[in-house]
Amino acid sequence: MKPLIIVGTGLAGYTLAREYRKREPNVPLVLLTDDDGAFYSKPRLSNAFKDGKSADQLLQMPADEMAKQLNATILTGVCVSMIDPQANTLLVDGQTLAWSKLVLACGANPVRLPLAGDAVDQVLSVNNRLDYASFREALIGKRSVVLLGAGLIGCEFANDLAGHGFAVTVVDCAPHPLGRLLPVEGGAALQKRLEQAGVRFRLGSSIARVDRSAASLKLTLDDASVLDADMVLSAVGLTPRAELATAAGLAVQRGIVTDQMLQTSHPDIYALGDVVQIDGWVLPFVLPLMAQARALAATLSGQPTPVHYPAFPVTVKTPACPTVICPPALGIDGQWLNKTLPDGWRGEYRSTGGELHGFALMGETAIRDRLLLAKQIKDWLPVLPHLSTTECLPA
Amino acid sequence: MFRQYLCEICGHIYDEALGAPQEGIAPGTRWEDVPDSWVCPDCGVTKSDFGLCES
Ligand SMILES: Cc1cc2nc3c(=O)[nH]c(=O)nc-3n(C[C@H](O)[C@H](O)[C@H](O)COP(=O)(O)OP(=O)(O)OC[C@H]3O[C@@H](n4cnc5c(N)ncnc54)[C@H](O)[C@@H]3O)c2cc1C
Repeated sequence: MKPLIIVGTGLAGYTLAREYRKREPNVPLVLLTDDDGAFYSKPRLSNAFKDGKSADQLLQMPADEMAKQLNATILTGVCVSMIDPQANTLLVDGQTLAWSKLVLACGANPVRLPLAGDAVDQVLSVNNRLDYASFREALIGKRSVVLLGAGLIGCEFANDLAGHGFAVTVVDCAPHPLGRLLPVEGGAALQKRLEQAGVRFRLGSSIARVDRSAASLKLTLDDASVLDADMVLSAVGLTPRAELATAAGLAVQRGIVTDQMLQTSHPDIYALGDVVQIDGWVLPFVLPLMAQARALAATLSGQPTPVHYPAFPVTVKTPACPTVICPPALGIDGQWLNKTLPDGWRGEYRSTGGELHGFALMGETAIRDRLLLAKQIKDWLPVLPHLSTTECLPA
Repeated sequence: MFRQYLCEICGHIYDEALGAPQEGIAPGTRWEDVPDSWVCPDCGVTKSDFGLCES
């Protein structure tokens, strides 16, 4: 019997495997990964520093134990280089494996800014446990860190590092932090709190060059001003690892295009997690991934189950300003209604009819309402029409 | 009265009444008594990423 093959052992791959095993204890299951296959919690990478956690301490279960627990074969350190969508096989390190169904849980890679200068190779990003190990090592004996990107991950690292005594400067071309998720007032409130925690911001500017200097690194901004730093950490976004799917002729736009069952344009290939695009959205967060894994496990065991996306409030792990954001779905016509509170800020995104579609909460008082508000948001994503295979197979 | 705690990252709920027997935490174990080394069985984050469910 040909196995179900899952490419990727991140939270998406492993959660799916776990959910699938609850339903199908015996169907052959193979997981493939180009990393070490250890189970770890990726969200902890951006706040593990102040807890003094090493990369090894973040490892929760090595691949061989995961394999035992899941009754699965896990091949680690192997790169899937090709999918043959006609033969239903894939190529991994020169070996051809056949699958009954294939699931792509390949995650996303950090976006690299097109920078000039002789020290571009010194710009780090942290997107997995091994990156985190290099990052911690590189920080030894360092004092100042420049963070590229004032998004979720950038702000979390900034808070974590500043709390640990590093001089942190965040550079972003947006006028306020979390520019894509928050209205101006919310971003400004977060910025103020992070500044009180010691973080400096250079907003509305971008880095053009990174060069070596005698003492450390020299960053040149687009307005020609210069920043010195011992280390540069880039957190300017992620891009789905969809190359395999593209090469196999699957429909790919920003991510691998899937329907509500997470089926790609190939009837036997599915995708979930950071690599997928659903209704035009890439949703690189844990909550939607969990909903996807549960539904897909049912689908793969013979019970076609569309993914239901409840509102997903995202916690921003910035202790200087406890924050929860539930972004409104794209294309909802509405506006932010803001309220400043003694210890924070609260915004509600409401349609013209007054219906709640999203919210952002900052500070202890505001975040108490997270569940209450989340419950008021019903269908975060409207039900999608089922993509028929003929419709979306590339011409 | 038993309370429930929500994993703010993945949505998992720790219910004091149920405990987490698979991880050796007996039913009825109070949140305060769950060891700090315990991690979310779904996504692996620590106790500090859980919040009390107030309903
Ligand atoms: C620092 C940081 C903090 C975060 N904090 C939060 C948070 O607080 N809340 C939240 O909701 N989300 C957070 N996120 C996002 C969340 O962690 C991700 O959405 C989630 O972990 C993605 O899981 P994944 O399995 O889809 O991808 P990944 O974890 O990237 O896994 C992809 C897997 O695919 C493998 N792979 C890919 N291509 C191949 C190939 N060709 N051959 C073999 N193997 C391959 C990789 O080796 C890897 O095992 C954070 C992310 C980061 C980076």
